[in-house]
Amino acid sequence: MKRAYLWCAVVLMLCAGPVLALVETYDFSHPELEVRYQDLTEELRCPKCQNQNIADSNAPIAQDLRRLLHQQLEEGDSDAQILDHMVARYGEFVRYRPSFGGVSIILWLAPALLLLAAFGVLLLTLRSKSSATSPGATSLTTEEQARLQSLLNKAEQDS
Amino acid sequence: MVPRLKLFLPLILFAILAITLFRGLSLDPREMPSALIDRPFPAFSLPRLNGAGLLSQADLEGQVSLLNVWATWCVACRVEHPYLKQLAQRGIPLFGINYKDNDADAQRWLEELGDPYRFNIADHDGTLGLDLGVYGAPETYLVDAAGVIRYRHVGVLDQRVWDTVFQPLYQTLTVESGGQ
Repeated sequence: MKRAYLWCAVVLMLCAGPVLALVETYDFSHPELEVRYQDLTEELRCPKCQNQNIADSNAPIAQDLRRLLHQQLEEGDSDAQILDHMVARYGEFVRYRPSFGGVSIILWLAPALLLLAAFGVLLLTLRSKSSATSPGATSLTTEEQARLQSLLNKAEQDS
Repeated sequence: MVPRLKLFLPLILFAILAITLFRGLSLDPREMPSALIDRPFPAFSLPRLNGAGLLSQADLEGQVSLLNVWATWCVACRVEHPYLKQLAQRGIPLFGINYKDNDADAQRWLEELGDPYRFNIADHDGTLGLDLGVYGAPETYLVDAAGVIRYRHVGVLDQRVWDTVFQPLYQTLTVESGGQ
């Protein structure tokens, strides 16, 4: 009896695999196309579910875009052509790796500029600190030296 | 004086950050302008819903019109439908794209709820939808007399959206094209 249950469980587990494969699969005429398909589905963003790429998303629009992508790859379009085609319809938004140019230039340059600014601030801070602790700033002029001496003398006399 | 100003630097930075983030609160990330604004309506050749013959982009030209993307599986389209009928009654040219739908269901919908559309394009596979950059019904496009897309609204088109956005644009475009 126990054995029968065990077998039952094994059979059910074997059935579960195909059920999980919700996302449709495509046949490619060339393995290289499949690699490009994987890369592009990860780079293209789903317009409906904004924080997913079209490889992850199960939204109908993501399915349509995957079908279109497959069709374009089989027709021999280059990656640049495919991305241009998508951007022309859905805007720069569909690319998780925005092109270098236009408004998105801010995105590309901001990290480097911020790093430079941070180094600038660091340098300035270090320089002002070192000049503040340097002996030149704390040493007294001869006039002040004389005044200090007279004050000290006065204090001595008073005590 | 300069060191005194330096003390205010954190406050200034905080103010800039606060203003930026506060603005972010009122932005809707789903509100994306169409990539096709000021571009001609994409070419297509698709069957008329429950009618004979093929329709093409040329059938939309000649007047400023609204193009509504709808489907029977779209819940928000049902919400929007009564307002579309009002617009059609006012004589505003309204065309429909029946997006990824089944003809029989669409026909039943129009019979039950009324048909505000001059004609419907049956986009069974969503190919025209893809060319238009549709990502979810309902969407409404404002197309000028020359067949150029001027505005795209995603979501339900209601009185408020019409009054604030569509009405002024529709008016100026109609005047531009020499209509009344």
